[in-house]
Amino acid sequence: MGAFTMRMLRLLSFVLLLGGFALAQSRPYGVGSTPSEAEIRALDISISPTGKELPPGRGTAQEGAKLYVQKGCAACHGAELKGGPAPNLIRDEPKPGVDPWALGRVLPFRSPYATTVWDFINRGMPLDREGTLTADEVYALTAFLLNKNGVIPEDAVMDAQSLPKVKMPNRDAWAPLPNWKPGMQRLEGYPY
Amino acid sequence: MDSKQPNRRKFLKGSAALVGLAVGAVRSASGQTPASGAYIKGNAELIAYGQRSRFETAVRMSHGGRSSPDAFGLVMHVATPLQESVGVITPSALHYVATTRGSYIPDIDPKEHRLMVHGMVDRPLTFTMQDLKRLPSVTRLHFVECAANRPSAKAKSIQESHGMTSCAEWTGVLLSVLLKEAGVKGGASWIVAEGAEEVKGTSSIPLAKAMEDCLVCYGMNGEAVRPQHGYPLRLLVPGFEGIFNVKWLRRIKAVDQYYMTYNDYGHLRQGHEDAALGYQIGPKSVITYPCAGQQLPGKGFYEIKGLAWSGGGAIRRVEVSTDGGRSWKDAEIRGTAHRMAHTRFSLNWNWDGTETAILSRCTDERGQIQPTRAQVAEFFKVPLTPEYRVPGQDNTIQTWRIASNGSVHNAYA
Repeated sequence: MGAFTMRMLRLLSFVLLLGGFALAQSRPYGVGSTPSEAEIRALDISISPTGKELPPGRGTAQEGAKLYVQKGCAACHGAELKGGPAPNLIRDEPKPGVDPWALGRVLPFRSPYATTVWDFINRGMPLDREGTLTADEVYALTAFLLNKNGVIPEDAVMDAQSLPKVKMPNRDAWAPLPNWKPGMQRLEGYPY
Repeated sequence: MDSKQPNRRKFLKGSAALVGLAVGAVRSASGQTPASGAYIKGNAELIAYGQRSRFETAVRMSHGGRSSPDAFGLVMHVATPLQESVGVITPSALHYVATTRGSYIPDIDPKEHRLMVHGMVDRPLTFTMQDLKRLPSVTRLHFVECAANRPSAKAKSIQESHGMTSCAEWTGVLLSVLLKEAGVKGGASWIVAEGAEEVKGTSSIPLAKAMEDCLVCYGMNGEAVRPQHGYPLRLLVPGFEGIFNVKWLRRIKAVDQYYMTYNDYGHLRQGHEDAALGYQIGPKSVITYPCAGQQLPGKGFYEIKGLAWSGGGAIRRVEVSTDGGRSWKDAEIRGTAHRMAHTRFSLNWNWDGTETAILSRCTDERGQIQPTRAQVAEFFKVPLTPEYRVPGQDNTIQTWRIASNGSVHNAYA
């Protein structure tokens, strides 16, 4: 083995040592395993307001009306969406121009983004059969509820592009969230 | 019973002394031994896992007019019996419960349970329960309080007005340890925490809070977290409103915006003040004895007892008034005042038997003071009416009125 090779080997081991040290620093305990891309996809059901995680698919209010009965929604939420054993899904005056804050918490209607409605149906409905609805069905049911509440027209197609663009009645009428930092005052000047 | 017992004791002690004179050594505690037949027969179940006395009957109750469980078997809001509380720990069996929307309680095999940390991180990671128990742990006392815990004129008892808060000893791993292990990327500003129950309850939490003091808990009051409280794994977000404390924790995603989940949109408020005061809980206290629904047997000595807590840190001072708020005395803090934990206070008091009102107020380590409803209304320059709803989490002072007959009532105004 030549002197050059020896030098290279020494250099290599030094680099490896540094690398190992850096790795140890960045991951202090080395506990836990790495999920595969497929495992992450299977578990990650979060939908952001931008809708970037929304799956392909489409649906309309007409399709949603049928599914609302077929999938058993009507049995608990009422044929007229006015509630039953499960909550009311329709606001009293489904017409534009009414202050959304005056209408209470009907569906996630007060959410500024229609993605909240999609996300909740997708993750939590129907009771006991969560996760059984296809993406098309969730789009259609979302379209149906939004239409019944006077947010979108009956023939509007909901998909990954159109859903985040829906202008919910409360899109701009909410206060910004506190930018929480350790030790900060809850509200400027508030002594309580 | 109260009038009879001293006579019986006196009799027993007297006769023991007489016998003692004649015979010699006699156990002086003979008056304390149960009467013949009054004992709890041992059985395998009781030996394996203990039970409280059948004479102790404190139970939780449905909160807010919604029956729990409901017609579907979903568990809604359930309030803790603070009127029976002693010390600062709420027994796990009596700890308040709230769920997203109303949820079934999942029955999770801890061997199958996983927590995935992913999103804007360098290395997505999956932790088994065994993995989590290998990591450095912390044990801390923390209260949890539901946003629905608001004093009201309707409340007949402290359980109705204040029962949606409890305090337990929590053991687990700091969330910051897991996030550092995964390496949060620059640009991330929130985490989204998700439960494994059927509705997959999810809340967005500021990354700054996640890195500060959040706990991923597997232990509660010296044993595994119970199913109603998130078995086998739950998040503790000390001092923040209850809904942030995600139970049956299965996933944490680092993200760059508020995700506006079902839980999140409920946090939106119209007014800036309301939004700002809806995260971290202010200083709050309540007298647990005497409290509404209780009956004092007569005038004389009482140790007034209560609990104080704050989302802003440790309780520094508690004051009690026994004359409706005209004068205040410093209460004694019993034990150590832990940060974001129920803190026990007490004040010796001689009741003269005339009608009066008792109340407490606390100050936390930041100097934040628990207000009256009138003070909050004055701060926001709005008229104080019985309907006035203080912004954010309601941490206002609770007054109990003691009638001359010793009955104690809610004096909400």
